[in-house]
Amino acid sequence: MKDHNAPYTSTTNACKLCKPLGACLAFRGIEGAIPFLHGSQGCATYMRRYIISHFREPMDIASSSLGEKQAVYGGGPNLKQGLKNVQSKYGARLIGVATTCLTETIGDDVPLLVREFRREMAGGNGHEDLPALVTVSTPSFSGTHMEGFQAAIKSVVEQMAAGGPATEAVNLLPGFVSPADIRYLKEVLADFDLTGIILPDISETLDGPAQDDYEKIPAGGTPLKDIRAMGRARATIELGRTLFPQETAGRFLENRFGVPWRPLGVPIGLRETDRFFQVLEELAGCATPPRHDLERGRLLDAMVDGHKYVFGKKAVVYGEEDLVVGLTAFLSEIGVRPVLCASGGHSGNFGEAIAAVTQDLLAEPPLVREGMDFYEIAEEVEALAPDLLIGHSKGYHLARKWGAPLIRVGFPIHDRFGGQRILHLGYRGAQSILDRIINAILEKKQQDSPVGYGYL
Amino acid sequence: MEPVIFEERQTQIHRKGTQPFDLACNKDSLAGAVSQRACVFCGSRVVLYPIADALHLVHGPIGCAAYTWDIRGALSSGPELHRLSFSTDLQERDVIFGGEKKLYRALMELIERHSPKAAFVYSTCIVGLIGDDLEGVCKKVSKKKGIPVLPVQSEGFKGNKRAGYHAACQAMFRLVGAGDTTGISKKSLNILGDFNLAGEIWIIREYFKRMGIEVVANITGDGRVDDLRRAHGAALNVVQCSGATMDLALMMEEVYGIPHLRVSYFGVEGMAESLYSVARFFDDPEMMARTRELVREELAELYPRLQEFRRALTGKKAAIYVGGAFKAFSLVKAFRLLGMEVVLVGSQTGTPADYQELHDITDEGTIIVDDSNPLELSSFLKEKDVDIFVGGVKERPIAYKLGVGFCDHNHERKEALEGFVGMLNFAQEVYNTVMSPVWQFVPRKVRKAA
Ligand code: SF4
Ligand code: SF4
Repeated sequence: MKDHNAPYTSTTNACKLCKPLGACLAFRGIEGAIPFLHGSQGCATYMRRYIISHFREPMDIASSSLGEKQAVYGGGPNLKQGLKNVQSKYGARLIGVATTCLTETIGDDVPLLVREFRREMAGGNGHEDLPALVTVSTPSFSGTHMEGFQAAIKSVVEQMAAGGPATEAVNLLPGFVSPADIRYLKEVLADFDLTGIILPDISETLDGPAQDDYEKIPAGGTPLKDIRAMGRARATIELGRTLFPQETAGRFLENRFGVPWRPLGVPIGLRETDRFFQVLEELAGCATPPRHDLERGRLLDAMVDGHKYVFGKKAVVYGEEDLVVGLTAFLSEIGVRPVLCASGGHSGNFGEAIAAVTQDLLAEPPLVREGMDFYEIAEEVEALAPDLLIGHSKGYHLARKWGAPLIRVGFPIHDRFGGQRILHLGYRGAQSILDRIINAILEKKQQDSPVGYGYL
Repeated sequence: MEPVIFEERQTQIHRKGTQPFDLACNKDSLAGAVSQRACVFCGSRVVLYPIADALHLVHGPIGCAAYTWDIRGALSSGPELHRLSFSTDLQERDVIFGGEKKLYRALMELIERHSPKAAFVYSTCIVGLIGDDLEGVCKKVSKKKGIPVLPVQSEGFKGNKRAGYHAACQAMFRLVGAGDTTGISKKSLNILGDFNLAGEIWIIREYFKRMGIEVVANITGDGRVDDLRRAHGAALNVVQCSGATMDLALMMEEVYGIPHLRVSYFGVEGMAESLYSVARFFDDPEMMARTRELVREELAELYPRLQEFRRALTGKKAAIYVGGAFKAFSLVKAFRLLGMEVVLVGSQTGTPADYQELHDITDEGTIIVDDSNPLELSSFLKEKDVDIFVGGVKERPIAYKLGVGFCDHNHERKEALEGFVGMLNFAQEVYNTVMSPVWQFVPRKVRKAA
């Protein structure tokens, strides 16, 4: 057995991605925005390919394309030239500039360079056309893609939101969820008659319709004017339990503009969704609309119908921390035994968040491990002998070797169709995850059985 | 609206028949353009990746390794160490204090765990900046562990993919010459520049076997360290693809006097001519007879079936944008064989000579382009109203968004496209794409019909 106090030096098959990738995904959910990486070309190309393979959508990421010279003398001129090109060719309304390991190491001061760029452009006559420029520091040697995502959201809010007369809008910061999840959240807010500002909104930008013309920047995304108005909203709902000990965009809005902050877990499963709907009821001043009540009722009905299939099954859950927290909450509610919760992230809050959502349900708490890679997860799997795995597609090798079904959720899904349309949130999302879990268990049982039951 | 072509890129685009041909290429990517190009590291990784019994450790922050984990369909008939993604996952303190110690420990740990035949250590951008002595660490570990530990100087920012090919070749060249070459036939060769995607190198090896030739080393598809070490015992290097492994062939030519032939296994003409040229090299009438027989047999089987595809596909339009120009040549010819018209052809890393050759083999009006980007490509696709676009995974969504057919001819393909049978697979895929009913419903076509 491996000693957890002496982790390996090397990483094998990482269970995380690099920081600017998260920032690019966040920027992609803003209207008229182009993500821009300040660094060498390779990083941008790799991230584009990785993201495209999941969403099956175009994903342009501009790059300042630094070469050897710039790595030595500084990347300022390339950054400015790149911004100019993106502005003129894409007609971007916002450029989200994220740094990379390279530019962080050479120490380019990106906020300063961007200020200079603004001044230089104002000296010409293009001032009124200048897009909004948001900068975020995202060195991968300190933090994963989720931290990059959250850092980008926080930067957008800090650098753009303004105060003023209060509005009726509710800010909703969902974290990194699927386009289908965002569409669901929009629907829920609309049913509550709430005006929502969802940041980011990738529902169309990363899952768009067939087009007649190639759009330089896909339609959709959080409108810039809404982002500017976030300091005037009635409240901010921010999702993701592992975030909250840190400084977040929602907390910033509260401290700076007095917008009440409502931190919640990602609404996956029954009770986390209940908590979410409860806050919506408060904010909307009305009961949950009947169709969502019905969805909740059907979910409960299904949990009862299916309880025998899943009871006591052991599950390994891995991936982004907050997604794992939500899934683990739900698994505990249906009688599955989470035995390992693993993430490549290391927020320091993972264990506490898991405990908060499972404590009263589980006789035996799961192992909770931050900073894991798939080599370590595989070692645990050997010891824990799970019946199923839940996570993104990078765990497929492990599931195949171990011979347990893999329920694919989250990002990336590189080996199945429709990853961008997986619904995780709300009663409806829980319903579909439950169906998939049970069917995976039944399919395995059927396959392994010599009898070939036609009724299960 | 602004023209879709960046002014600075005008010289990297040519329309055949409009002016004298003089395409600029091998330029650095333009800042702010969304280039489809990758980095030096990517070039090295692509070339060395299929060596299946070696340890491939990426020294750098996590991304560079994570994005290259098991992404290619380079198959192995034995060990599969290459399919794991190893990284030193550098953290802030390593960047400040240097990553040598971490690299040393990671290497020792992984070599102990997996007992590889050799280890490749890839340098990434950060490592180039913090100045780790890769060579020194590798030497030390090599001595301790008794296997070759080879640094690959692949700092991303030091050029484009082609520089990465070069770095990979230099690393491999350090292996060549160390093995025992007794017993290798006079009629023998190394296969360079085939990566065994979807088992392609097995098809090619089988052809050589039928011709009576011994294959010493696969470089690098289904590759083995020990084969590489005795590769200098072969009589000939056959090199596919213009960029990736040519440097190694040249080094072997210089040091060991092994001549090389440039070949292509893609398309009927390319494949047949490649086999004939090898037979001519060995100057053996019996081998030539066997080769003729082989080609005849294969074609007899292939042609009738190709004719069916040809009937359906004649007059359809194709666009090509691939990594290396050499592949583009083969594709142009293959589409011709299917009766199709090539209206756009480009590459990420072509040389002036490559582009001249493309210019010579294409029709009037064909657009020739170097280091393109999504905006340009999409405008060309629309202008030329193409039926199928051949590219890599980054180009696919551009085509699909516009409702244009697409064929992945890149490292992620899962169908064998080489050899005579590969031509048939290719024709089948083109047919399945072009003849799909879905295109008639997409906005682009509906509007035109209205
Ligand atoms: S250098 Fe950093 S930003 Fe670039 S791919 Fe590697 S980890 Fe990601
Ligand atoms: S450009 Fe540098 S940092 Fe980025 S992927 Fe390539 S080697 Fe890694």
